[in-house]
Amino acid sequence: MFYREAGQFKSSYATDQAIFPLLQDRIGFFTILAIAFIGVPLLADDFILDAIAIPFLILTLATIGLNVLTGYAGQLSLGTGGFMGVGAYACYKLTTAFPEVNIILLILLSGVFSAGVGLVFGLPSLRIKGLYLVVTTLAAQFFLEWCFIRIGWLYNYNVSGAIDSPERSLAGGLVLTGPNADSVTRYLVVLAIVAVMTLLVKNLIRGRIGRSWMMIRDMDIAAELMGVRPLVAKLSAFAVSSYICGVAGAMFVFFYLGSVEPAAFSITLSFQILFMVIIGGLGSLIGCYFGAAFIWILPIFLRNVLPAIGIDIGAENIVHLTSMIVGVLIILFLILEPHGLARLWQLGKEKLRVWPFPYA
Amino acid sequence: MSDAGAREIMLDIENVSLSFGGVKAITDISFDIRKGEVRAIIGPNGAGKTSMLNVINGVYRPQKGTITFKGRIRRSIQPYQAAQSGIARTFQNVALFKGMSTLDNIMSGRSLRMHRNFFWQLIHVGPARDEEIAHRRKVEEIIDFLEIQHIRKVPVGKLPYGLQKRVELGRALAMEPELLLLDEPMAGMNLEEKEDMSRFILDVNHEFGTTIALIEHDMGVVMDLSDRVVVLDYGRKIADGTPDQVKSDRAVIDAYLGVARQEAR
Repeated sequence: MFYREAGQFKSSYATDQAIFPLLQDRIGFFTILAIAFIGVPLLADDFILDAIAIPFLILTLATIGLNVLTGYAGQLSLGTGGFMGVGAYACYKLTTAFPEVNIILLILLSGVFSAGVGLVFGLPSLRIKGLYLVVTTLAAQFFLEWCFIRIGWLYNYNVSGAIDSPERSLAGGLVLTGPNADSVTRYLVVLAIVAVMTLLVKNLIRGRIGRSWMMIRDMDIAAELMGVRPLVAKLSAFAVSSYICGVAGAMFVFFYLGSVEPAAFSITLSFQILFMVIIGGLGSLIGCYFGAAFIWILPIFLRNVLPAIGIDIGAENIVHLTSMIVGVLIILFLILEPHGLARLWQLGKEKLRVWPFPYA
Repeated sequence: MSDAGAREIMLDIENVSLSFGGVKAITDISFDIRKGEVRAIIGPNGAGKTSMLNVINGVYRPQKGTITFKGRIRRSIQPYQAAQSGIARTFQNVALFKGMSTLDNIMSGRSLRMHRNFFWQLIHVGPARDEEIAHRRKVEEIIDFLEIQHIRKVPVGKLPYGLQKRVELGRALAMEPELLLLDEPMAGMNLEEKEDMSRFILDVNHEFGTTIALIEHDMGVVMDLSDRVVVLDYGRKIADGTPDQVKSDRAVIDAYLGVARQEAR
């Protein structure tokens, strides 16, 4: 009744091709944006910002990165953790070499290194497909992890073998990273980067380049016969995907963890991001937000809610219990809605459109 | 069009042979396609018709023979280069991009004509947006022409078969090809759908002047639509000429109906 396109006529292709052609969607989007930029910083405490909001946004960005590669270009990858690590280590090296350069600039620059590494490990995709490609990206994951542990130059030969984010501030004296950085500041910087990059990815996807990725994904031979070069399409997807993952990885260290050991970028992280993509929905940007929220926030929610409603199972078991529940939910999800939360969202909108009638 | 013989040759195929290991798909075939004509390629199953199309648009590389396209001898090329040179095609089994809408499928046919680089596309303002809209306008013309306005935003996977075939034709037309290869455009259609598709093919030929090479099993359609017909059987050419000439050709009748064995007489 309320969610309907009735009466909203479009008289130009530009309005028809807008990201949110419907007025209701635009209102919803700007409301969420206002809540995220104004409401959350005002109301949320440090725990919500540090433990939920910041990692959620960063992991969402990594999920978008993998979704570009897997959901849009159809190339499976298990190297996400490694590519994120490249971004993180590149940023660490850059900021220790050039301490006076703005850290945000360096974070965005470190994605370029990740994109380069992604390009190299994307080369096998020109010859091999599907599960076999997964194996080569798995090789990338383990090789990169090995580099993070063994190549002392990457962590400036410090004794712990870990990298930690040094204190960096804007010219005005606002501290962005390091132990003294304010949660709200870090949250706003992360939010801004993630929001802008989501918009840029959306632009790519609705244009020629995004279509060429989806053409390769859906029917590679037809794509080639229509003038898409598989080399260009696949490698550009690898590069863009790795760039986004690299930026996410750099933010993971500098705005969230503060200090990481190489194990943070292990295969576990790759799998976690892959689950987010699958649960959220392959080939959907809003799905990335849903998927990251589901995988990251649900365990925290369970950990805090179960004791609150009087089920006391002891602190030592709660971790196991949450991973069991999340595991079951993932399995159920894949059986009941293999296209992910984004598909559910779409179905919900279609239902809402004809409400209060069951069908149009 | 009766004056087909007088037109210039667009594609010339000379003594082309193609084999996969020991299997000979095409043996020493020569024929030409003239500018502006509708050229049918017919033959029983396994005659090498689809292989012939795959040779023309660069999916297969023939071991022998020369192919001359628009007056230039073509060396071994990649499929995307064939597309760049102005050859588009549709497929026997619909090969649409299943996850994309009708609109996006047809827009994908404009890929080669869109030139804005990565960074323009990233910000999607100014020239990049104007380019997208200009091509959208062209695509809408094709959508109007094929009468598929109502399914513009529907994912093609949900469409019935007949419409999928029509969208696939639209996608090929969006490339504005000089030579359009149609691989069984009417397979699996009912009479009404066949009539629609025939009308579209003739309109494309007459209005846009597109040269068409057509594989089809429905002889009525072939005889009505095409200017000249080439007949293949077991990878060899057995006849070539106007529909009337081919229809009365002894070898063609034998290929389609079978030959009585000598001893049985």
